[in-house]
Amino acid sequence: MNLTMAEKLIRILLVFSLLLTSSGLYAQTDHIEMADTFRSEGKIYVVIFCAFLVLAIMAIYLFAIDRRISRMEKGSSRLNID
Amino acid sequence: MKIFSAKTWWWKILGMVLLFYTYYQGFLGEVPRMPILNETIRNLYFHVTMWMTMLVLMLCNAIYGILYLKNGRLTNDFVAAECARTAMVFGIAGLLTGMLWANYTWGEPWVNDPQLNGTAATLLIYAAYFILRNAVADEKQRARLAGVYAIFAFVMMIVFIMVLPKMTDSLHPGKGGNPGFNKYDLDDAMRRVFYPAVIGWTLLGVWMTSLRVRLKKLETDESDNG
Repeated sequence: MNLTMAEKLIRILLVFSLLLTSSGLYAQTDHIEMADTFRSEGKIYVVIFCAFLVLAIMAIYLFAIDRRISRMEKGSSRLNID
Repeated sequence: MKIFSAKTWWWKILGMVLLFYTYYQGFLGEVPRMPILNETIRNLYFHVTMWMTMLVLMLCNAIYGILYLKNGRLTNDFVAAECARTAMVFGIAGLLTGMLWANYTWGEPWVNDPQLNGTAATLLIYAAYFILRNAVADEKQRARLAGVYAIFAFVMMIVFIMVLPKMTDSLHPGKGGNPGFNKYDLDDAMRRVFYPAVIGWTLLGVWMTSLRVRLKKLETDESDNG
């Protein structure tokens, strides 16, 4: 078929404009939900405090057991066992 | 006095410091923003690290089992058993954290996946190790059986957790054709927390094991002395 110059130009412009519109889809990947609001309200520090508390309790418990075992190994705590 | 022994303190304090650091960075530190995972990527510092601790402690179990078979000293058997016990604790913790993670990222706490089935099989194998130990009354025979079983159990663990899942299709990162976390997503900020976390959990595991071994030794000494 025979296209005039104007018709060819319009076809090329149409194809290009369609290609350009597809690049707008990349904007979707910019926003990934994270806990930003949660953090900005300071609630994250509550979480950290609780986690540290649990860790500290565990560390003190292990430390106490370790000390008692050390005393038992030295022989002095044999009389002190509850 | 030895530098690194059950009675020195520095490595225990180091372990706890590293764990505090892990928890701190785990909640407050920078993590890459990934779709689907969102904040749960922080579980990497807990779930994966605890499994690594289990691997290390199970390796100790196998090594002390071999040591017992070589020189017949019952202390080696105690250490092996307690290593396996602590490793089971970390394994169960790893399993539970994994299930929790899966629930929010894959939609269900358990899926029919080779890696997950492999980890379940591994935990069952080591549960059988303890059943085997309890089933035998004689100490030396128990230690011998346990030593041999430990070697096989460790090899099977490696096969179930690290070999088979990589050969088939799997949902799990790092297995079955998926890029592992360490290849694409574990950026420098996470690596700085991940490796100290592994060391921290391992030191904690070793501390727990050493306490039980010392207690066991005291019990056997007391029963020997009457």
